[in-house]
Amino acid sequence: MTDEVKVLALSGMLGSGFLETSYKRALSWDPDFIGCDAGSTDGGPTSLGNAECSYSKAAVKRDLRLALLGAREKRIPLLIGSAGTAGGDINLSWTVEIAKEIAREEGLHFKLAIIHSEQKKDYLKQKLAQGKIRPLKPAPPFDEKVIDKSEHIVGMMGAEPFIRALEAGAEVVIAGRSSDTSIYAAIPIQRGFSPGPVWHAAKILECGAACVAQRTRGDCMFARIGQGYFVMDPPNPEYRCTPVSVAAHTFYETGSPIHLYEPSGMVDTSTAVYEAESDRVVRVTGSGFVPTKTYTIKLEGAEKVGYQAICIAGVRDPVLIRQIDSWLDVLRDKVKQRVGEMFGEKAANGGYIFNVRIYGRNGVMGNREPLKDRVGHELALVMEATAPTQEMATGIMGMAGHAGLHQAIPQWKGFTSNFAFPYSPKQIARGPVFRFNVNHLVEPADPYEMFPMEMMKI
Amino acid sequence: MAKLMDITQLIRSKNAGPFTLTFDFMFDRFENYRRVRDSGAINRELFSRLYGTPLEDVEIYSVDAARGIKVTIPRPITQGDLEDSDQYGCQMFSPLLEIEIPD
Repeated sequence: MTDEVKVLALSGMLGSGFLETSYKRALSWDPDFIGCDAGSTDGGPTSLGNAECSYSKAAVKRDLRLALLGAREKRIPLLIGSAGTAGGDINLSWTVEIAKEIAREEGLHFKLAIIHSEQKKDYLKQKLAQGKIRPLKPAPPFDEKVIDKSEHIVGMMGAEPFIRALEAGAEVVIAGRSSDTSIYAAIPIQRGFSPGPVWHAAKILECGAACVAQRTRGDCMFARIGQGYFVMDPPNPEYRCTPVSVAAHTFYETGSPIHLYEPSGMVDTSTAVYEAESDRVVRVTGSGFVPTKTYTIKLEGAEKVGYQAICIAGVRDPVLIRQIDSWLDVLRDKVKQRVGEMFGEKAANGGYIFNVRIYGRNGVMGNREPLKDRVGHELALVMEATAPTQEMATGIMGMAGHAGLHQAIPQWKGFTSNFAFPYSPKQIARGPVFRFNVNHLVEPADPYEMFPMEMMKI
Repeated sequence: MAKLMDITQLIRSKNAGPFTLTFDFMFDRFENYRRVRDSGAINRELFSRLYGTPLEDVEIYSVDAARGIKVTIPRPITQGDLEDSDQYGCQMFSPLLEIEIPD
């Protein structure tokens, strides 16, 4: 066993960018592998439901090209997890196609492992029937019907499927949904380093340079993981890690900063000690890991709610602003009546949703806004219509926007026009809308059965 | 008395997955961290009142090494649901800025 594993974390998310100068510097430090997380649920359920990456192809291709070139030049593995944001099969193949395109353009050749994370409905139903699926807290109800109406359900893999791919000779691994940490933990675990510091380091690495004292843009991060410790050393010379900045990163997007859950166990940071090696390099010791008795995989799923169209309307008229709620009640009634005329009585009674967000009052916090009575001198109404088809949603939105445009304001006598529309046409089709419908754990028979692998030569 | 925003270096809210909302209070000075931690001003009743969370669902953590206090609650509305107005949960912290911290 070598004394240390050196890790180059490309950035917080493939496609979010990093400085080429930082990357080249980190490569010159001879990393043992390059890792990058490509996923997140932060953008919402659409990337899973509609199987689309939240970054453009151009953004992903730029990052992936540099990653592939560096990995092949140094002859080190490149591990990408949560491909295409959500890690579903379509997201995964989208990413693989980009990698193939880069390989063709650059004349690169490598053994590629593709690890799937999308779950078959029959498998989940069988696990459900066996009582091997349980809710996290909080979780929506989960049954066969939820499985059936889901567009896609993915499992979040641990480090083991990555290790299996590397043992099979993979030089590049592109994986579906993965815990952010498993990407960085796989190789150090494979090489026998103790799991506490490994998983803790992986958590700090997963957002790239987010663990520095003052991040000005997304960038690479570098770690050395040894037996019982890890060291964070930002390759961007303008960045500094401090003991507090590294410790503080355990707070980011976690429920608990002390106990972090992985498929194979729980990281315990309560015993960790953070020390400055220099004014910009931090050494961490003492991180603990408690292996789990039951190996579990977290599920993520999305189902379609309908199709949506929106309309943005500015309101500057103080007479309208002061009665906006009662005026919108009248508009809602009018919309209902017109939906009945356009799409039939059944549609008018529960067949659509018309909602108005009022920015300038409580658009951000809704009912939880403590300053609900403080209304701005102008409002932005974001109106939305949700319906079973796009044609219907867009039709309702166009109608509602027009109905509001000319709806009477009692204090003004005559024909008014009430909405400042910034766009033409005023209604904007948003396509399908989705909701997250699963927050559960599965007990697989082993760490691999949910994550089949394909090997290919590029 | 001091306002919380005047003695923290960062107050933020963010998703911890689509079903959980988490609030971080980070301090550049350990004394300020300790002062807020020990004041009890960040408590379950406060979050229950502001965000409509059942008391027993409010989790509070403090980590000396990070000079940080964290509060985690179930998301009042699941991320991305039709009623959700903040996909990242990142603008939910504002009502906390002016919490008064005793000397």
